[in-house]
Amino acid sequence: MIRARAVARRFGDKRALEPVDFELPRGGFLVVTGPNGSGKTTLLRLCAGLLIPTSGELEVRAERGQLGYLAHEPLVYRELTAIENLDLYGRLYRVPERRERVGMLLERFGLWEARGERTGSYSRGMLQRLALCRALLHDPELLILDEPANALDAAGEELLERELEELRRERTLLVASHSPQRLERFATGKLALT
Amino acid sequence: MRRYLSDAGALARKDLLLELRARDTLPAMLLFVVSVLVVFHFALPQNASARASLGLLWVAILFTALLGLGRAFVAEREQGVLDGLVLAPSDRSAIWVGKVVATLAFLVVAEVVALPAFALFFTSIDATTVAGVALADIGICAVGTLLAAMAAAGRARELLLPLLFLPLAIPIVVGGVGSSLAASSGKYLGFLALYDAIFVVLAWAAFEYVVTE
Repeated sequence: MIRARAVARRFGDKRALEPVDFELPRGGFLVVTGPNGSGKTTLLRLCAGLLIPTSGELEVRAERGQLGYLAHEPLVYRELTAIENLDLYGRLYRVPERRERVGMLLERFGLWEARGERTGSYSRGMLQRLALCRALLHDPELLILDEPANALDAAGEELLERELEELRRERTLLVASHSPQRLERFATGKLALT
Repeated sequence: MRRYLSDAGALARKDLLLELRARDTLPAMLLFVVSVLVVFHFALPQNASARASLGLLWVAILFTALLGLGRAFVAEREQGVLDGLVLAPSDRSAIWVGKVVATLAFLVVAEVVALPAFALFFTSIDATTVAGVALADIGICAVGTLLAAMAAAGRARELLLPLLFLPLAIPIVVGGVGSSLAASSGKYLGFLALYDAIFVVLAWAAFEYVVTE
């Protein structure tokens, strides 16, 4: 589903991602590891189509609407409630039975009680859960997750692991993490950036 | 087409709801335009002509619009939401349409206050001036929203937006002042309509390239 050949990215004089080669087949689960500044986020943004490589070839066989992206930021409006945010994304992604899907995800990620609160009042962990709901909302074929366990408490991490366990059976996943121990058991491949 | 309009409508509704909740932009625009008119009222000599005061009305409208445009992409920039919108399968120009509609709504509300205030402080306003303002609003919001998106991606965004916007707004001022003062106001209204048509198409087509690499 993703094929990268010597993909690199620079921002001006600064090299953000050294040339990297990898292949992620459909149904695969690739964990990207590396220290801070090694280019994990840059690589994920390249694969999501938010950046263009400075050099190399990158082929991603997923349409825009079939890609779920979890970023560092939750990508939600702080003045809107969780329901309003997900409803907006649901409309833009043309999610069938949008309201039911939004309600189901909020329930599953433990945010149903807080569904009517503005997300500006959410804790970092709640925002991460909401960001996961947003990334999964349209049931994408390819999931690109940047540090999905960030800010999650123990219960949240367990929930995430359960989700990943289920998702890896049917979906293709590209996940970046600087502490990948808990993810490695799901992985079909590992890419270490330096 | 229905889907496109539905996306643009959802995005515009979202912007109006954000403003209703945060009240970040509209109160500032209202306060600014009234303050500017008061300052002009005291700055102009008592016997100043209607021509001079109508010119100042256009200056006030332009800078009030600039204030609103400067905040058009603040929520998207600060919360990184633009990435989420750009990744959605909807046409990216719908983001621009939604922003233009919302910014236009704020500007029209500011003018609903500004025009009577201008009539109170300076001179009465006729229908051609109102028509000129309405046509100018479309051009201001179309061009300004595109430039606000460009500026939002840069570092010196507060500086960049006026530097990009004001030169492109000169034809709007020419057309607006002309429609208010010239005997052949129809010619100037036509000029504003032509400016709108050209820049609406250009900004609509260019938006995708501004928000993606």
